[in-house]
Parts: sequence; structure tokens; C-alpha cells
Amino acid sequence: MTSFNLTGTTASKISSTLTRLRHQMGAPAIGMVLTLVAVVDEAGQYDAVRAATEAAREHPSRILVVINRDPAEPNRLDAEIRVGESAPGEVVLLRLYGDLTEHADSVISPLLLTDTPVVVWWPGECPKVPAKDPIGQLAGRRITDARSAGDPVAAITGRAEGYVPGDTDLAWTRLTPWRSLLAAALDQPIGKVAEGVVEAARGNPSGPLLAAWLSDRLNAPIQVSESSGPGLTAVRLTVAGGEELKVNRSDARLATLSKPGQPDRRVALARRPTSELLAEELRRLDPDEVYASTIHRLAKKPRS
Amino acid sequence: MTKPTKPAPGTEAAKAAEAAEGAEAPENVVPPIPATSPAAPVEQSTAVAAQVAATATTEETVAANPLRDPRDKRLPRVAGPCVLVLFGVTGDLAKRKLLPAIYDLGNRGLLPPGFSLVGFARRDWAHEDFAQVTYEAVKENARTPFREEVWKQIREGIHFCPGEFNDDGAFDVLSMMLKEIDETRGTGGNYAFYLSVPPKFFPTVIEQLKRTGLAKAPEGSWRRVVIEKPFGHDLKSARELNAITNAVFPEESVFRIDHYLGKETVQNILALRFANTLYEPIWNRGYVDHIQITMAEDIGIGGRAGYYDGIGAARDVIQNHLLQLLALVAMEDPISFDADALRREKEKVLRAVQLPADLSTGTARGQYTAGWQGGEPVKGYLEEDGIPPDSITETYAAIKLEVANRRWAGVPFYLRTGKRLSRRMTEVAVVFQRAPHLPFSKDDTEILGQNALVIRVQPDEGITVRFGSKVPGTAMEVRDVNMDFAYGESFMESSPEAYERLLLDVLIGDPPLFPHQREVELSWMILDPIEEFWASHGKPEGYPAGTWGPASADAMLARDGRAWRRL
Ligand SMILES: NC(=O)c1ccc[n+]([C@@H]2O[C@H](COP(=O)([O-])OP(=O)(O)OC[C@H]3O[C@@H](n4cnc5c(N)ncnc54)[C@H](OP(=O)(O)O)[C@@H]3O)[C@@H](O)[C@H]2O)c1
Repeated sequence: MTSFNLTGTTASKISSTLTRLRHQMGAPAIGMVLTLVAVVDEAGQYDAVRAATEAAREHPSRILVVINRDPAEPNRLDAEIRVGESAPGEVVLLRLYGDLTEHADSVISPLLLTDTPVVVWWPGECPKVPAKDPIGQLAGRRITDARSAGDPVAAITGRAEGYVPGDTDLAWTRLTPWRSLLAAALDQPIGKVAEGVVEAARGNPSGPLLAAWLSDRLNAPIQVSESSGPGLTAVRLTVAGGEELKVNRSDARLATLSKPGQPDRRVALARRPTSELLAEELRRLDPDEVYASTIHRLAKKPRS
Repeated sequence: MTKPTKPAPGTEAAKAAEAAEGAEAPENVVPPIPATSPAAPVEQSTAVAAQVAATATTEETVAANPLRDPRDKRLPRVAGPCVLVLFGVTGDLAKRKLLPAIYDLGNRGLLPPGFSLVGFARRDWAHEDFAQVTYEAVKENARTPFREEVWKQIREGIHFCPGEFNDDGAFDVLSMMLKEIDETRGTGGNYAFYLSVPPKFFPTVIEQLKRTGLAKAPEGSWRRVVIEKPFGHDLKSARELNAITNAVFPEESVFRIDHYLGKETVQNILALRFANTLYEPIWNRGYVDHIQITMAEDIGIGGRAGYYDGIGAARDVIQNHLLQLLALVAMEDPISFDADALRREKEKVLRAVQLPADLSTGTARGQYTAGWQGGEPVKGYLEEDGIPPDSITETYAAIKLEVANRRWAGVPFYLRTGKRLSRRMTEVAVVFQRAPHLPFSKDDTEILGQNALVIRVQPDEGITVRFGSKVPGTAMEVRDVNMDFAYGESFMESSPEAYERLLLDVLIGDPPLFPHQREVELSWMILDPIEEFWASHGKPEGYPAGTWGPASADAMLARDGRAWRRL
């Protein structure tokens, strides 16, 4: 890993340094498939870079990390460039001071890879309407994370309001294994589901989101009830006859699936690290229509 | 080919006819099969109905499952509840590839709840012992990191059935065990039987599956059989083997593994060709000079003397892997990527393959002699353990083929494979014609070769484009340069192994990546005359280990004014 620091710099100097470092390493033309922009604060920077670099193993990317510093300081742009042998792609950490914090897009836009997709990720706080944000406007895919909001449930419930096709939220990504398991469990029909319950830790945004998806698809009322966690702990679907399909997960790793007339079975259902969530996001860059209808369903539903 | 008369398109009659045909099988693309052709596709007409029945747990119920939505692309394809019965669990393939692939599938959340694995071998093992064997194979060879919870899920479903293949009692026990598993694990009578055993045992095992009724799926469930190469050693034996298999399992329940087709780069050939506009216009005799398909191995025959001797490089590699690659590179665009459409196009191309008129100049074969391979002294083939000193088995084979159709007429396809070559490398190189006119002086382009598009299959998966570029600082000196693309890194965790993809497809019942018996037979029809010719024409030419094969192979291309790519 070669790392290079530039203080008081500009996008064009960063760009030429990137090119020079690549040439020095003898790999001037590597196949990067997208630009991933992470907008994050100093405290969240380390984890975000780690997750993004991991995800870049699957999707070689240029990773641009935007860190807004003190807006009261004089205008300045500092950059830290990392070009690694250990990972494909390249990472640029950008630290913005003064009024420049309001104009990050002017730094980002000349650093985007030409004519390849741009993805923006807000691991922490995010704008109300991501697609209207100056950086968000540069991207075709905008990833937020309701879990890191002050009130995560309110955040995910409010997503529908500012939704533009191309938005997704990691609270939704975290549900994929659950949704996949539930869908597999219903591949052998159990009859019309009359009602259901999703149990999740207090304040977990994925709980109400899963409930909204289930009620949207099954056309049945699904309650959210609180448990001691961690994360999602159970889903119970009751069919007309009163029988129940249950998925229970108490340790955040191994779940038990119980179906009427069938033996209980254990299924690995571990919570995934952010890098895997991100890699899943980067696999498909077209608008996620199912996410869209789920958050709209969630927004309409009275909160329980 | 003759088309049955059809009502004019757009008329009511046409619509009715279309509806009657069913969207799955548009008859106007079925090539008429001459009487002499292999395994007449009797199943084709009945296939659609049968297929629906066979995949009842997937496609049909998907329609009935409100949680499934075609727009929901995040949800992976997961197999329905089922049991995988693995014969030959103590073998090399099982330990190196199959058991780890099962774990990796589990780790990716692609195994159904209740999935169970039954091992069968002549060992006095209990379930725990086989679980231990699996555990070790997973620890050693799995691609994805070890996770306790995934192992627990898989461990719960592991069973073992001891026995010999000719022991009726053992198969009766197996049959009972499977019934029990259906009850304790909810696997619904869906079984896949994976025969990872030497081919001479196929008939015995298949006969046992028939005798015990395990091959016959009760209403609403499926039974599938997975067989590994070699699919016979010539056309006749391939047909015999197939007759045995097909007497017990219908064709759509037979999954033949050609693990090359499970590789990402090989599937990428289809994307490269049919998702882009850039290549298709030049993918023909107007622009392509010739095509080279190479599978080079640096290893010798290792411990596989018993299998290899008498088989040789052409049967071992060309008949399956290389001809499948040829088919994918040369075929016309399929109307869709479903199994029928894809296989039909591959068959058409294999049917159009023609052998060189003179097999003595259009083929070459060799046998490695002692030499230095990558810095180490190695034995010659005839000195390997278990090889008779007068063996005429070839360890290197090269053949020149033509594809007699409008797209490819006159474009040679050179196929080569060998053991103990200088390095391990599999690639398909499409070599283009020279520019019709070069407005440079002769000296400037002296070292300019031909443009090429190379699909690197292994070890470094990716695509290379080779083209001429000006040498900086010279007036106008042009030389060849390479441009490489690799999607992700080959070492990365997320690039699935071929066997993962193929196992998953077996459990889901998705056949496009498995060669049909007709493709197997067509490939033998191509190879048989060459094998016969070789058998009656002396010995293969020696080549020192660690080199690029016998001189006759180089001469074969030199006669055409061409040369092998130096890999
Ligand atoms: N290895 C590869 O990379 C590879 C590649 C392509 C295709 N294949 C094909 O895959 C299949 C398996 O290959 P492999 O390399 O794993 O073969 P292998 O190492 O020779 O293993 C063969 C298996 O068959 C079992 N077996 C043999 N005779 C038996 C008998 N009479 N009763 C019960 N079990 C018996 C062996 O059990 P014991 O331990 O009791 O002998 C062993 O588990 C073959 O069809 C091969 O052609 C292998």
C-alpha cells in the first residue's frame, strides 16, 4: 500500500498524483468498474474506508471519501491517496475545510472515473432528499443507512418522502437473508397468511421495514413487536387455520425455522458486516422497485 | 432446413398456432435431425411438460408464492428442500471440490432449510465420522471463511450410509435412510444422486437406484442424477452409457458436469458476444483469421495412471472442455439463454464441425519425455508409475477443425491441450486478420502482429485485447500491446467456484450449463475418426517436459502460415 499526502491541494493535483502513482506501480490501466463516494465524518471514516475497500475486491472501484471538517476554518482541501497492492482500485480521502464544505461536489466531479457508474454512500447522516444533494446528484445509486440516524425508525419511515429511483438503504440490504429465507419457506405453500408479527430490538429500522414488505406482499396486517434483540429476532406468520410459520433467531447467527407439519430446522442467518452489505448494493445498479414499494407501504402505515 | 408451413404472422390462425406451441418451445428453430444423428430428441416434445413437473418446486410454486417477485433481484435463487446423495465421498473430487462447494453455497445462504447430505462409501463410518471428513475438507478447501453457524446448519443434515455398490442391503438401507430424512428434515422426496465414482461403476449404481425405486420420483417431487466426465471413451461407449442412464432416469433428470461451463469467464463469453455491439460485427470470416483454443497443464498425470493411460489428452480434454468452448465461441445467437435454445445453437455448430481432409497434417500428438518443468527435473510419461513402457497414449493433442457455415467457412479453429507443458493456462484467442493496407513503411510495422481478443479462462480470469500501438519517441514505429480486463480479483472471496454454480443449478433443476447427450455424441463423432487414425499410425512424438509440445504441432500451423500463441 502506497500512501501519499497532499495538503492545500486541488482536484487536478490529486488527479495527476493518482495517475503518477499508478504508473509508478506499473499498473496504469486497471479495470475499475465504478466510483464509490462515501460521505462521512472523521469518526466514521476508518470503518467506512475499510468496508468500501473490502467491497472493492468484488467491484474494483475508485473510492472517494468526503470528510467535512470545520467550516469556520479558512478554505482548504487536504487529500490522502492510497494505492494498494493488497486491494484493487484506489482510495482518496478528502478533507474539506471552510466554505469548501458546501462545495464538495466541485472536488468530486473531476475525480469521477469517466463514463462509469457513480455510487454515493452516506454511512452516517444523510441529506433529506439524497438525489437533490449536490453530491447525490452526481450518482445513479444513492445508499443511506437509517440505522445510524438519531431516530432510525423515523428515518426509515421518512425515506419514501424524498425517494427517487436509485435510492436504497442498508436497513433494507440487511434484510435480504431474512427475506430470502422467508421466501424459500413459502415456496411450499402454507395457505393464505392472515396476520403476522416481526420481532426486533427497540429502534431497529429493519423490523418495521420487514413488516411493511411482508404486509405489502402478503396483503395481511403485520405487527412489529419489541424484543431484547440483537437486531431482528423473530418472524411469525399465522395462516387462516391458526397454524404458524416461525423463524426464531436469538443469537444473531443461527435461526430456527418452524413450519406446520414439518420438523424444525436450523438455518445460518448471521448479521453481515458492512462490506458485504455494500458489495450486495454494488452488484445491481438499477432502481430497486421492491424497496420503493416497501418504503411507500411503510410510510402509509400507522406506526405501532 | 425445411420449415413447416405456418399461417401468415399476425393472423388469428397464427396467434392460435403460437399459443398451441407454447412459449417455451418455438418449433421453427428446431433443426431437423437426420436419421443418422445421435440420440434423436424424442424427449423434446414431451420435455416441456416433463420439465414443468420436474421443477415443480421452483417455477410453479414461485408463481404461487406471494413473497417472490421477478423485480426483486436481491433474492437469490435458492433450491427447494432436498437431499444430495454423494457416491464416492472418499474420492479426490469430493474432498477437493464438492464438499467445500456445498459449504460455500451454505455460506452464501443458497442452501434450502433442511438441506441434507448423504455420503455413501465402503467405510465403516458413523454419521459423525463422515461429518468429520466433511469438516476437514471444508476447512482445507472452502473458498469462503469458516463460520460456525453455517457449519451447524450443514452438520445437522449430514448422514452416512456405508456399503459397496453391489451390496443390495446397503442400498435398501440408503432407501430407508432417505425416507427417514424426508420426515426429520422435511426434504419432500427430492433427491439428487451425485456419482463421483469411476465410470465403470455407473451401471451398478444406477441399477441399484432403479431396483430400490429411488430413481422414480413420486408425484410432486424430483430425482436427479449427476454424472462426471468421462462420458464414455468413444461414440459407441457414450451411447451405451447413456442407454443405461436413460433407461432409469429421463434425459431431463440427467445432469452431465463439464465444470468449465460453470466458470464465470466461460459464461462471460455469452455476455461478451451477445450483450455488446462491438464484437459481433467482426465475429466472422470477414475479419477473423483463425481461432486458437488452448488448455495447457504444467502437471503430469500424477496418480491417475490407471484412468489416463489408454484415454489420452484428446479424449480427456478436447472431447468435452475444448469442444464446448468452441461451441460457445462459434455458435449463432440463441433466442434466449434457456437450456433448449442454448443447446440447440451449440448442437448446430458441433454438427457443422469438419475434420481436416488429411489427418496426418491436420492433427498432431505428443508424449512428454523427461525434462525440466519450472525448475524441477521431472519424469517422462513412460517412466511414470503404472504406465506400460510401450504405451502410445498421447499426453499432447492438437487438431485443426473447420466450422462449415456461412459465418466461419475457411476459418480454422486450432485446438490444443497437453500435460507437462511449460505453464498452466487455458484461453480462447480470436486472432483477427491483418489490416488490408498499412500506410506505414514496411520497417515500421515489421514487429506488428495480428489483433487478437483473448478470453482467459484460467488461471488469471479475464479478457485481453491485443492491438498495435505507436512506440512513443519513434517516428512511426508500431508494435503489439495488450489491454487487460479482469472483473475483480481471481483470489477474491466473491467469485464462486464452478462447482458451486453447477451444484446449485442441479438442486434448482436449471439445465443450461450442462451438456446434453446429443452434444456429447456430436463431440465423439468429431473425435472418433482422429482417434482411429492415431491408433493405426504409430506412436506419438516425444516432447521434453516443460516445453510447448511436439514439433509436429508447430509444423501443423506453420504449413498454414501461422503460429501458436506463445503463452
Ligand atoms: N478429480 C478430478 O479432478 C476430476 C475431474 C473431472 C472428473 N472427475 C470424475 O469424477 C469422478 C470421481 O473422481 P475422483 O477423482 O474423485 O475419483 P477417485 O479419487 O478415484 O474416487 C473414486 C471414489 O469411488 C469410490 N469407489 C471406487 N470403487 C468403489 C467400490 N467398488 N465400491 C464403493 N466405492 C468405490 C472410491 O471409494 P474408496 O475410497 O473406497 O476407494 C472413491 O470415493 C470420476 O468419474 C472422475 O472421472 C474427477
